[in-house]
Amino acid sequence: MNPRPSPAQFAGADDGIAKGDVLLKVDNVSLSFGGVKAITDISFDIRKGEIRAIIGPNGAGKTSMLNVINGFYTPQVGTITFRGEERRAMKPHHAVRQGIARTFQNVALFKGMTTLENIMAGRSVLMKRNIFWQMLWHGPALKEEIEHREKVEEIIDFLEIEHIRRTPVGKLPYGLQKRVELGRALAMEPSLLLLDEPMAGMNLEEKEDMSRFIIDVNQQRGTTIALIEHDMGVVMDLSDRVVVLDYGKKIADGVPDVVKNDQAVIDAYLGVAH
Amino acid sequence: MAHTATALDTFPKYLLRNAEQFGSRPAMRHKDYGIWQTWTWRQQLDEIRAFALGLLELGFERGDKVAVVGANRPRLYWTFTAVQSLGGIPVPVYADAVAEEMAYVLDHAGVRFAVAQDQEQVDKLLSFADQIPALTDIIYDEKRGLRDYRSEALHDFEEVQAKGRALIERDPSAAKNWEDGIRSASGDDVSVMLYTSGTTGRSKGVMIRAASAVQAAFDTVKFDDLTERDSVLAYLPLAWVGDHYLNYAQGYVAGFCMNCPESQQTVPQDLREIGPTFYFAPPRVFEGLLTSVTIRMEDAGRFKKWIFRTFTEVARKYGEAILEKRPVPLTGRLAYALGEILLYGPLKNVLGLSKIRVAYTAGEAIGADLFSFFRSLGINLKQLYGQTEAFLYVTCQKDGEVRSDTVGPPAPNVDIRISEGGEVQFRSPGMFVGYYKEPEKTAEAMTPDGYVKTGDAGFFDTDGQLKIIDRAKDVGKLRDGSLFAPKYIENTLKFFPNIKEAVAFGDGRDFAAVFINIDLTAVGNWAERNNIAYASYQELAGHPRVYEMIARNVDETNRRLSQEPAMAGAQIRRFLILHKELDADDGELTRTQKVRRSFIAERYGELIEALYDGSSEKFVSTEVTFEDGRKGRISATVKIAEANIYGGAHASPVREAAE
Repeated sequence: MNPRPSPAQFAGADDGIAKGDVLLKVDNVSLSFGGVKAITDISFDIRKGEIRAIIGPNGAGKTSMLNVINGFYTPQVGTITFRGEERRAMKPHHAVRQGIARTFQNVALFKGMTTLENIMAGRSVLMKRNIFWQMLWHGPALKEEIEHREKVEEIIDFLEIEHIRRTPVGKLPYGLQKRVELGRALAMEPSLLLLDEPMAGMNLEEKEDMSRFIIDVNQQRGTTIALIEHDMGVVMDLSDRVVVLDYGKKIADGVPDVVKNDQAVIDAYLGVAH
Repeated sequence: MAHTATALDTFPKYLLRNAEQFGSRPAMRHKDYGIWQTWTWRQQLDEIRAFALGLLELGFERGDKVAVVGANRPRLYWTFTAVQSLGGIPVPVYADAVAEEMAYVLDHAGVRFAVAQDQEQVDKLLSFADQIPALTDIIYDEKRGLRDYRSEALHDFEEVQAKGRALIERDPSAAKNWEDGIRSASGDDVSVMLYTSGTTGRSKGVMIRAASAVQAAFDTVKFDDLTERDSVLAYLPLAWVGDHYLNYAQGYVAGFCMNCPESQQTVPQDLREIGPTFYFAPPRVFEGLLTSVTIRMEDAGRFKKWIFRTFTEVARKYGEAILEKRPVPLTGRLAYALGEILLYGPLKNVLGLSKIRVAYTAGEAIGADLFSFFRSLGINLKQLYGQTEAFLYVTCQKDGEVRSDTVGPPAPNVDIRISEGGEVQFRSPGMFVGYYKEPEKTAEAMTPDGYVKTGDAGFFDTDGQLKIIDRAKDVGKLRDGSLFAPKYIENTLKFFPNIKEAVAFGDGRDFAAVFINIDLTAVGNWAERNNIAYASYQELAGHPRVYEMIARNVDETNRRLSQEPAMAGAQIRRFLILHKELDADDGELTRTQKVRRSFIAERYGELIEALYDGSSEKFVSTEVTFEDGRKGRISATVKIAEANIYGGAHASPVREAAE
């Protein structure tokens, strides 16, 4: 018979945190590069199972914030608590092992490799056999590869990219590349997914598709998502809660309807003399 | 050989037979998660039984109608059999129909259940479900995105099957009763209701009787010698008679395996992986394949190009003869064998056509060169002619007696006659019992003595093959009484690559004359190679050397027409090349790029008069709509050219008058 994977298999990594509890907490974080203050004394949290947006005008410190969360930058002041573990300095690959995956503002894929290979690459962190076993490609390594391939095929099916499975990514249009990148991040089975402008440079139809995939990832796979986005309409529709940054400071935090009508936010977006 | 001597009379009976006879052979494949998942006939029986009994648990009653909406998926095909096994009627619906059209069909058919593929289709159904009182339950195949839909009326396909399986657990006699029900069913029941695509007015529900459907499939399975070892890629729209017949009906009767592609976009890859033995595609698909091959050869290196040119030439000379087992000189055979290794084999492999035993094309005219190209590669491509009311086959070509310009002799046990007015009429084993709830339309489509009117005009060629020339209502007569079939003339012209569009006139006139649109890509390319400078379409269209070139095409067309006794009278005497491209934005073409004859006749009335009054040129000014919606005028002096005619037609006084 032909068992289909049940949706339960999609559930994010089980980390003992109940839905709605705090998954990641940022406390009084400040980050500066020399004399430039990128982030000043910011605190907010991300709850398990939500879609959390970080918005703000250009140069507000959104990407810096994302880089702090996934360990690329180490803040001078403040702490980050992820799944109850407090830390300040961490390397990005530790973040991956902890269950944080991300996509980038500019697509960062292996252009010469196929969609399948790119998404498979996302699984490498989860592979247990070392490189020698993998080169032998026999016995346990082969079995492991097959298991990983099954997971990857689920993602390909999920993102509806069957038809480009064997196409080199460099040949794909931009919107599809973004989708493949999301696929690679999903392949890591993250409990927190960071999306840096997932819809930058997309046309309306591609934006709608991407929004649907983000919602599906969140609802069906139970993945917590933090995203940065410029398109206000998209942000307000997608996210459960929004934090607004301006000049490295937090100026608002709350559900979309509240944030939308916040005077400080309106000023920041319309531009008021500082 | 798996053929039983006589046909059974319903598809569920074939399901039971196949599960018994070919139990462990594949019945269905579907590519899912990158892998071809297979169900044997025995497993397929189990799936269908579970679903059928699950439907009973939902309150299904004999005679209930079930809409099937979606792409080619195993579960949707199982729905057909499950519904038929309970004495219900499946009603496949075009998945890409907009909500309003779909609502009309579902309401008209009075469906009680709908089985839909995914969220998209479920959403569409829910958008109008409240307007269809009969519709009580919707069952979906793919649960993705449907988790949060809370409705009593929505069911997961798997859950319905689980209900069926639970019923068997509880009451083992349920399965036996179900099989007994199948065995005692009558072939007089309606097996399926296929709605016409509705290009000409409202869709009509064509009712096909079970025994007729089976008998038709039985005949063609024998005709093409299909067995349980064959396989097909089921990629055509589920609601189209072609898919239901070629894949479902023939599949059950022959016991072969149906392969469902992963998605519509992956069809070419899936075709390559499956390598079907029986294949159907409309001419434009073959055209697309040839174009893609040609384009890739343009980019190939010199050696590859040489191989391609040399061996397509060898294939052109000997390929069809070898396919038809006619005598071929030994050198020809050797060259062809080498070509098979170097070109034909690899090419067929890339296209997924390596294992084809029988391939059909139908629906529109196919160019002779295109048709020969595929046949010369060793692909047994043939033509058939059919329609929904016949449950597909009316005519089909026999192996070895294949031509591109005819559609073949009557299919097995089909009786065809040509009416007084030149219309093709038939009686066939698979013919429909009527349009659902529309007896007056049924009466219109039939003759009093029980023949179905096809609406197509045609005639039998000397070798007994049917030739379709046009829609019957478009066929007219010249003043001298000779037959005038505009589409036939236009199609003959359009097979020349330089001619993009043609509009023929002649009904009630002294002779036939045409408007021609040149193909800007093809003629532009030619102009470049011949150092002919031009600034616009209009200038190129009026160029004397372009006229010369088109005149040669018209000349060849007339020569071909003269060889058809029925057509020889309506050869083209005069033609002109239009100063602008016919365009849907100007209302000259439909959105599907079909010529709107009457509109053009009105808009270019002056030019038509000029064709017939003997003048050699005419000044016209035409309003055009640009892509951004602005309007403008194009003026030109259009030249009118004379054409040679060939023996058989009457002498031409008009021509002398023009000179």
